[in-house]
Amino acid sequence: MYKLTNVTKDYPKGRETVHALRGVDVEIPDGEWLAIQGPTGHGKSTLLQILGGLDRPTSGSVDFDGRDLARTREAQMTKVRADSIGFIFQTFNLIPTLSALENVETALVPLGVSGASRRARAAEALNSLGLGDRLRHLPSELSGGQQQRVAIARALVKEPKVLLADEPTGNLDEDTRDEIIGLLEKLWQDNGLTMVIVTHDSSIARRAQRLGTMRNGKLTVKQTV
Amino acid sequence: MFFTYIGRELRRRMRQAIFIAIGLALGIGLVITVTAASAGVKNAQASVLHSLYGVGTDITVTKTPTAGSEGNGFGFGFRQSIGSTSRPKAGSKIDNNTLSAGGTLASLASSNVTSIAKMDNVAAAAGGLTLNDRTITGTVPALNFNGGGGGFSRSGSSSSGGGNPSSFGANFNINTFTVNGVDIANGELGPLSTGKISSGRTFTTADNASDVALVDASYATQNKLKVGSTIAVGNSKNTATNFKVVGIVSEPAGNNPADVYIPLGVAQSLAGLKNDVNTIYVTASNSGDISSVASSISKAVPGSTVTDQNTLASEVTGSISSAASLANNLGKWLAIAVLIAAFLLASLLTMAAVTRRIREFGTLKALGWKSRRIVFQVMGEAVAIGIVGGVIGVGLGFAGAALVNKFSSPLTASLASNTTGSATPGGARQFGGGGFAGGGGGFPTSGTTGNNPFRGAFSNAARTAGTVTEHLHAPVTIAIIIVAVGLAILGGLIAGAFGGWRAARLRPADALSKVA
Repeated sequence: MYKLTNVTKDYPKGRETVHALRGVDVEIPDGEWLAIQGPTGHGKSTLLQILGGLDRPTSGSVDFDGRDLARTREAQMTKVRADSIGFIFQTFNLIPTLSALENVETALVPLGVSGASRRARAAEALNSLGLGDRLRHLPSELSGGQQQRVAIARALVKEPKVLLADEPTGNLDEDTRDEIIGLLEKLWQDNGLTMVIVTHDSSIARRAQRLGTMRNGKLTVKQTV
Repeated sequence: MFFTYIGRELRRRMRQAIFIAIGLALGIGLVITVTAASAGVKNAQASVLHSLYGVGTDITVTKTPTAGSEGNGFGFGFRQSIGSTSRPKAGSKIDNNTLSAGGTLASLASSNVTSIAKMDNVAAAAGGLTLNDRTITGTVPALNFNGGGGGFSRSGSSSSGGGNPSSFGANFNINTFTVNGVDIANGELGPLSTGKISSGRTFTTADNASDVALVDASYATQNKLKVGSTIAVGNSKNTATNFKVVGIVSEPAGNNPADVYIPLGVAQSLAGLKNDVNTIYVTASNSGDISSVASSISKAVPGSTVTDQNTLASEVTGSISSAASLANNLGKWLAIAVLIAAFLLASLLTMAAVTRRIREFGTLKALGWKSRRIVFQVMGEAVAIGIVGGVIGVGLGFAGAALVNKFSSPLTASLASNTTGSATPGGARQFGGGGFAGGGGGFPTSGTTGNNPFRGAFSNAARTAGTVTEHLHAPVTIAIIIVAVGLAILGGLIAGAFGGWRAARLRPADALSKVA
């Protein structure tokens, strides 16, 4: 699925330059679950953003299914994100004015899906995650766990090739965290997703197939037991 | 999704949306009110000009008399000088009835009418005579001169010293009325063109040489005249001719109608102005030709004053001119300033709202939404606010126009009192600021006009000459409403463009990294 070759990412910060990624090399095969850990500010989220086409590397190549995302124009990148990549964020990032159903629909809007079909698929996705009775609720009317499940439904409703999650349980209590991770694991197993999860939580990281560690912009990956 | 998202977002920031909408509404309401008031003033001006100018006449041609050429000055018919044997004896009865041009409009040869009628782009031309009839009756009193000149002034000269003006004048009755000589063959032009016959009949071609008259309705009422009555009209020999009243005519208010209308040929004969006119009325072939025709006439009749509606419009003074100036200058710029302020406010607030929603838009971009889609979403929200502002603004505009209609004072329009160059069908504008210009002969003044009741009377007539009152009605037309709604949508688009530009520039990674 992914092949990153000598990927670097630098940010200007005043007169200095921050080297967020320093020559990252990694291959992520189809269907693999890779967890990435590391201290704050060492490049985990930056790597995730580059994998998701939300940002471009300063140098190096990011091969995604035969396409170098580092050299893909923004319009094409937008299409890749719409078709193939699902995102889950730590703070859920739901649209506060839209209901749970409408939030999930937002993932299908770029695909040109008709209104009725969109609503049907969104409802099915929420139903499969146990939120069938919360379709019309606004995010403010849902618990943290419910909001994250809406976010997961939004990420998966378009049947992406890869799911990228940045601290998906970071804002959840322990019980809900276990519930969400269990849910993600099941979805990964059932759908054959390629999944990359950034997490501080070792208990989550251990459940992945491989564990990557980001330190000072460099990634080292090893198999989990 | 598009309209759902707009509606939900506007509901979320309802207070800000209402604030922006009200700002736009105020600007648009002001634009509508000022535009309506301006249209109302324009309509009032057009109505005034119509009243003052008459129907069918595009151009009038007159001539200002040169100094000293006034002739036909009114007099008692005798020279007044101390010790002169020509002075009537005390106790002589005076009964003079004079018809003359009065000295404020010089004569033009009738042949000019024919020449003008043959010019290119002239549809018709007609001549007219604007005259004054004055009857003086009384008995010459004994005079007690204390040296110096006589108490009477001749045409153009002023008297000095001598006599006792107030007691002398008190011995005479002066009666005046205006007379218009009308070209019956060209009735669609000239002073009768705006009149309506309320009793009797109008002139026919058979009346060309007849002693028949039409009388103005107001004058007829004041003097108890009706169809069949007889009215005495003077002549250049100070005697009178009886005219039969064949019709009563009503002219529009402010038209300064003459009191009596007689056939032109008869008027020329009585006033000793054969083959002369003092006003030529001209109709151009179409309105686009008026300027060129006016120019041609100026060249063909040297020394004449050629007036068209634009010239007349520039001479109109009074509160209508002030209102026009207020609406066109202060009102227009105030409305523009408020509208610009409203647009700016809407733009700034929209940009601020977009800044607060950076993470939201970053998420949508992460989901694969194109920048264009997000920009349309932002613009849609702004246009929706603009439409709400436009609807409220139209309501405010109607309310503003209604307030203008209800509380505005009547507008007055007057022609400048020293204007002699152009004439209206009524001819009353020939009166100058104080008595007859160049005339005044026969009236002792002793340098104090205030002691001369006759001069005061004519001054009053001069001050009220050409004054029209119009009530301002500010119309709100469909065109104004469409423009206003268009402005509202434009305001929304401008605000949305600023906000959309802000949203389009977002890089998803930057937007998402702005997490607290």
